[in-house]
Amino acid sequence: MSLRQAFGKIGLWFSVVVIVSPAILFFLWMLSLSVKFEVDNAAYPPVFIPEHFAWKNYTDVLASNRFLTYFVNSLVVTGTATLLAMLVGAPAGYGIARMAARKSAIVILIARITPGLSYLIPLFLLFQWLGLLGTLVPQIIIHLVVTVPIVIWIMIGYFETTPLELEEAALIDGATRWQVFRHVALPIAKPGLAVAFILAVIFSWNNFVFGIVLAGRETRTLPVAVYNMISFDQLSWGPLAAAALIVTFPVLLLTVFAQRQIVAGLTAGAVKGG
Amino acid sequence: MSTHLDPVGADAPPGREWRPPSYWPFVIPALVVVLAVIVFPWVFTIWMSLNEWKVGSPTTFVGLANYLRLPQDPRFVEAVGHTLVYTALSVLLPLVFGTFAAVVFNANFAGRGLIRGIFIMPMMATPVAIALVWTMMFHPQLGVLNYLLSLVGIPPQLWVFHPGTVIPSLVLVETWQWTPLVMLIVLGGIAAIPTEPYESAQIDGANQWQMFRYITLPLVMPFLFIAAMIRMIDAVKSFDIIFAITQGGPGSASETINLYLYSVAFSYYDLGYGSAIAVILFLLVVALAALLLYLRQRATWTEIGAGA
Repeated sequence: MSLRQAFGKIGLWFSVVVIVSPAILFFLWMLSLSVKFEVDNAAYPPVFIPEHFAWKNYTDVLASNRFLTYFVNSLVVTGTATLLAMLVGAPAGYGIARMAARKSAIVILIARITPGLSYLIPLFLLFQWLGLLGTLVPQIIIHLVVTVPIVIWIMIGYFETTPLELEEAALIDGATRWQVFRHVALPIAKPGLAVAFILAVIFSWNNFVFGIVLAGRETRTLPVAVYNMISFDQLSWGPLAAAALIVTFPVLLLTVFAQRQIVAGLTAGAVKGG
Repeated sequence: MSTHLDPVGADAPPGREWRPPSYWPFVIPALVVVLAVIVFPWVFTIWMSLNEWKVGSPTTFVGLANYLRLPQDPRFVEAVGHTLVYTALSVLLPLVFGTFAAVVFNANFAGRGLIRGIFIMPMMATPVAIALVWTMMFHPQLGVLNYLLSLVGIPPQLWVFHPGTVIPSLVLVETWQWTPLVMLIVLGGIAAIPTEPYESAQIDGANQWQMFRYITLPLVMPFLFIAAMIRMIDAVKSFDIIFAITQGGPGSASETINLYLYSVAFSYYDLGYGSAIAVILFLLVVALAALLLYLRQRATWTEIGAGA
């Protein structure tokens, strides 16, 4: 019996290694590409750990002032779009949950299945007409397409599970509905807010399709900037991989440290924007 | 729509009958935003699709002409084919691997939390960054994938650089990226299964495969269905990976409807025709969702028929 258990244990660990190795090996290879000089990146058979590390790839990317601009652009777009979404989405989730107006969430579902490009055509014209192209405003507004549905959807689900008794008691004591929301419901909903915030940040940060249409030279976000590097630096893999890793690193870090919230949010409705 | 898509379930628990009026002020700001960025673009897209609408020239109402153009457009017809193949593979493969991964993650092992965190990294990582590294890995001469193939004696492939292998190669990336989501959904289903059926099956001498086939699989079917639905929606809409790796090429061998939509609207600036493609793309997602629902309904009836 113990032999069988041992076999079971080995089989389990073998399976674990098989299913995580595509992810681990990919990101290790990404790291390897980013710290190698061109000689090593063009070597055959491939070099996995180079003799000389090309830290220069990172310092070059970070030192270019363009990169700093794009980083700030990404921060502004993702930050503003997420905060606005939290401001309008958390009360909306609360209202929809308390009115049990679940049917109104159908709009969220439609938003979920609509391809991101469909929003771009009319909004592109609108922004052009308003003369906003060339600023970050169009991207902030269109990122709301990603962040608002995520926040509303997750907050509906969360407020449906929070107890009503405290809220009723506060109402009887003469609190207004806004006070109840602000001082009773919202503090209890902090874990839900965290989930909504994290997912909105990640999906906004990662968004690419809105940027390639709406961003000009000065208003690119990081994913668009990295994509534009491909066409210009086709052959220098090291700096490209370094840039790619820098762009996605905050998200990877968040994934490992906030994986419980991410898993909870994704399994709650698997809302993804764009 | 299936109620399983609801985070909590549509039926409110008892005691929630208390419904004071006027929570509307809470909803109104979000309503304004949703009307502006979701409903308005939708209505406007439908209106534009009925017009000859090119950037820089006056617009004229043409009725359904843009839609009638679609079946005669060989590039669009070809794109529909690519989309269907890409979608079918991108639903099936993550479903198979994701279910296997869910069974593994349901077991208890040391470091499970951390390993799960690493496992879901591909779907959270920035798609463009991922696509960039995959492009390097697909490189026919310098790419690491051909080196790995050579280790097991398989001749080098052209991957995304050959019309015949480009879609399977892109599906490989899509599968790598989205298997974790299927795993999470199915794991939620497996975790909800009580232990009793397994205990009695073990007493009756069932092996691991039999337990999976006759207990786990039927009970997680509803979750597999949700996973298939979500995967289908995302695969039809897939853009970042394809655009960043191949831009629909070589030639137009990997041009899906979404990629063609991009070219029409933002390379040729034919916004009316592009809007018609956007509407059809949305209807395709709805139609495929209906097809999946129909298949599930039929499967349920067959099961009931077999049980009777």
